[in-house]
Amino acid sequence: MIAALLAASETGNFINDLFDSFWLVLALKVAMVLGLALTAPLAVGYMEHKVLAHMQHRLGPMYAGRFHGWAQLIADGVKFIQKEDVIPKAADPWVFTLAPAVALVPYIALFLVIPFDNTIFAENLDVGIFYTLAITAISVIGVLMAGWASANKFSLIGALRAAAQLIAYELPMILAAVAVVMQAGTLSMVGITEAQHPHWYVLTQPVAFGVFLIASLAELTRPPFDMPVADSEIIFGAYTEYTGLKFAFFLLSEYAGIVAFSAIAAVLFLGGYLGPPFIGGLLPGPIWMSAKVGALAFFIVWLRATYPRLREDQLQRFSWVVLIPLMLLNIMVTATLKVLVK
Amino acid sequence: METYYESYGIVTAVLIAGVGLVAVAFTLARIVAPRRQLPEKLTTYECGIDPVGEGWSQSQIRYYIYAFLFVIFDVESVFLFPWATIFERLGFQAVVEMGIFVFILALGLLYSYRKKVLQWA
Repeated sequence: MIAALLAASETGNFINDLFDSFWLVLALKVAMVLGLALTAPLAVGYMEHKVLAHMQHRLGPMYAGRFHGWAQLIADGVKFIQKEDVIPKAADPWVFTLAPAVALVPYIALFLVIPFDNTIFAENLDVGIFYTLAITAISVIGVLMAGWASANKFSLIGALRAAAQLIAYELPMILAAVAVVMQAGTLSMVGITEAQHPHWYVLTQPVAFGVFLIASLAELTRPPFDMPVADSEIIFGAYTEYTGLKFAFFLLSEYAGIVAFSAIAAVLFLGGYLGPPFIGGLLPGPIWMSAKVGALAFFIVWLRATYPRLREDQLQRFSWVVLIPLMLLNIMVTATLKVLVK
Repeated sequence: METYYESYGIVTAVLIAGVGLVAVAFTLARIVAPRRQLPEKLTTYECGIDPVGEGWSQSQIRYYIYAFLFVIFDVESVFLFPWATIFERLGFQAVVEMGIFVFILALGLLYSYRKKVLQWA
């Protein structure tokens, strides 16, 4: 078992096999990661426009690009870059400017380790899942910086709520991931996927899957956990004072976050690039992986059309009193079963 | 198989490229976007009325005890990951040892629950 896993994790990367020059490989990988990090969020953003619209009996964007408004978000990007960049006089200009970069760059770096097949990935780090969970947490520092630097009361309250949410939901998420790592016996993203060959971990870890999804919604501050950007009470939270391109970067980081967390959940619980049994061989790995990421992203958008927001105290209590003890129990049960059943 | 420095070199390269992307985009926006700064435009937004007091006012951070608990459990999770990859080879003894560790921390959580610090007050 372990030998097979090691063999799987040593499968070569397709770019490394094609080219010899280290610098060429490096440039290609960086270009691939940047390309993915800039296009996948746009696809999810467009999906959100259309799905939400149809769930509310609207058509959504219909004009940009002529066919069902497919180019709407590209048009939005072009518009955002031409908008005046207003930095309020009371704000701290440096921190205010750096905040969108701090929020966006971690998500770009996260796309590095997402595998689309056992040879199609930019990098298969030994500590893959640990790296993804560590780097997503940095993004919240960007939100906190934005809220503090804006010198606006709404922004400050929004940023503090975002930080509180991260503190509460980071733990259930990590502990859910630990249960999967225990089953797979490896931290590498490709290794975890390969270990799900006969059956996906959603079957053996259904509770962890549910908790992971809930926690990623909270980390993304998506509804029903969108208190940090609750527009009816604090305008747009930490992003209230932002205009133009900086605002666009915060939006981009939110959609990149949806793609990133969907991809992590797909790798951890839904077998990543592996197809379902029997029909798995019909389509190649990258299509299965994209389909799973798309389905999870659709689910995240769906919740926005369905649930009202939770109150901040309910949200904290739910995590500390229910989710964290549940996940600690899950870890010990998984450990005991795995050692006994072996 | 790539060496350690090669794999993490790529992580660094992607981080640098990400920062570069943001820098290029900001420069481009600086060139393209108009700039007409009026004093009214630069005031802090507060629903259209003049801002009252200061934005950097003191605010009650209600969750600092949660933050302490978070640090404790976050450090625990750092210990959990290496254990999770190898406990199968170490056998039942490793499970019992980690069980004791998790139990002590869970006891702390129970204590803070009973002390009613897990409340948004």
